[in-house]
Amino acid sequence: MKFSKESLKINAAKVTDELCEVILHQIRGIMKKSGAVVGVSGGIDSSVTAALCARALGPQRVMGVMMPEKESSGESKILAEKLAKKFGFEVILDEITGGLAGMKCYERRDEAIKRVFPEYGPGWLTKITIPSKITEKDTFNFFNVTIENEAGESKSKRMPLDVYLQVVAASNLKQRLRMTTLYYHAEKRNWAVVGTGNKDEHMQGFFVKYGDGGADLKPIAHLFKVQVYQLAEYLGVPDEIIRRTPTTDTYSAEVTQEEFFFGLDFEHMDLLWFAMENKVPAKQAAKALGMTVEQVERAYFNIDRKIKATEYLRMEPLEVKAARKKAASSKGKKKSM
Amino acid sequence: MATVDEKSIKEKVRSFITETFLIGDEKSKLKDGDSFMHKGVIDSTGVLELASFVESEYNFSIDDNEMIPDNLDSIENLTKFIVRKIG
Repeated sequence: MKFSKESLKINAAKVTDELCEVILHQIRGIMKKSGAVVGVSGGIDSSVTAALCARALGPQRVMGVMMPEKESSGESKILAEKLAKKFGFEVILDEITGGLAGMKCYERRDEAIKRVFPEYGPGWLTKITIPSKITEKDTFNFFNVTIENEAGESKSKRMPLDVYLQVVAASNLKQRLRMTTLYYHAEKRNWAVVGTGNKDEHMQGFFVKYGDGGADLKPIAHLFKVQVYQLAEYLGVPDEIIRRTPTTDTYSAEVTQEEFFFGLDFEHMDLLWFAMENKVPAKQAAKALGMTVEQVERAYFNIDRKIKATEYLRMEPLEVKAARKKAASSKGKKKSM
Repeated sequence: MATVDEKSIKEKVRSFITETFLIGDEKSKLKDGDSFMHKGVIDSTGVLELASFVESEYNFSIDDNEMIPDNLDSIENLTKFIVRKIG
C-alpha cells in the first residue's frame, strides 16, 4: 500500500458528522439516556470528546466535570472552563483530594516511594517515567521513579517490583475515584458517562481499568492521537489546549505521556503504528519517515508487544458460560475432524 | 573463591520463570534460547519481577543499561549474565 507522512490525514468534517450520529444513537437510541457527562481536564482528548457531545446532543445536554486534586496542574481548570465557555456546556468543579486522602492514596504511594528514597516527603515532587525511546535500542519497558525537591534537584531510580506495584495501585485510585464521581453526576441526571481515551491510550493500555477506562461509550477510542488533533482544529478547540503538551495529570511532578508511557512522540508513533497495522514493510516505512529500518522494526515490535500485554485491561469480566461455549466449540471442531 | 555452577543457575532460573510467569505449566516447554519477549512470557511488570529475583537471589545490582534483551531475554542469556556478574 501507499504510505507517507500524510497517511493519517482525515476528512475532519466527515468524521465529525459520523461521530455525532454515533454518539446520538448510542446515548439516546441504545442506552435511552438523555445527556452526556464528560470528565474534562483541559487536555486535547477530553476537549474533543466534550465538543463532539455538545455538537451531537446540544450543549444543554452535556456536563463537563473537572476533578482536580492537590497535585493537579492549576492550568487544567482554566483551560477546561475556557472550553466549556466556547462550546456552551455547563462545567462543574468536584475536587477529589479529600476522597483520595480518605482512601490513603497519597499515604500508600509515598510510603512505597520512601522505600527507594528515604528522604522523600513534604516538599518533594514525584513522577514515573520509562527511561528510553522505543526506537533507540532493544530494551525492556521498565519504570523509574524520579523525585524532585524545591531546589530543582532530582534523583531517579528503577523501582523494585513491590514499589512499582504499590505506586501504581495507589495512583490508580485517582482515576477510579474520578470514574465514580462521573457516574454520580451521570446517574443523578440519567445521562451517560462518555470516555475520552484515544486509540493510543485504548490499545496500548494507557488507562486504568474501571478508572478512566470505565465509561458507557468511547467515541474517539478508534482515532490516533494525531487525528484527534485534526478534529480539535476543525471543531475550534481553543489554541492553548491544542498546543499543550499531553501530560498524565497523575503525578505531582510534571510528566509528559511520552516520557511516562509511550516512549515516542505521537507523530512518529501513530504513523509507525498505522504502517504496522497495514503491513507496510519496515524498509518502506523507514524511507517515508526518514528513519532506519532497525528503528522501525523496534517500534513495530514495541507497539505490538504493548497491545498484546495489555489485552487484560480491555477484557470484560470473564464469565463461566464463555469458557463453556469455548470448550464446546473446540470439542465440536475435534469431532468434525 | 566459590565456583560458579552454571547448570544449577540455569535450573534455578528456569524454575523461577516456570513458577512465576507460567504458573507452574511445565508443558509450555520454554527452550533455553526462547525470547521471553517474543514468546509473550513477560511484560513490563515481569521485567521488574525478574530483575528483583536476580538481584536478591545473587546479591548484585542490575544497572539500567544492563536491562537489555542480551542479558535478560531468555533462560540462556540470563544464565550467562548471572555467571558473568558473579563469576
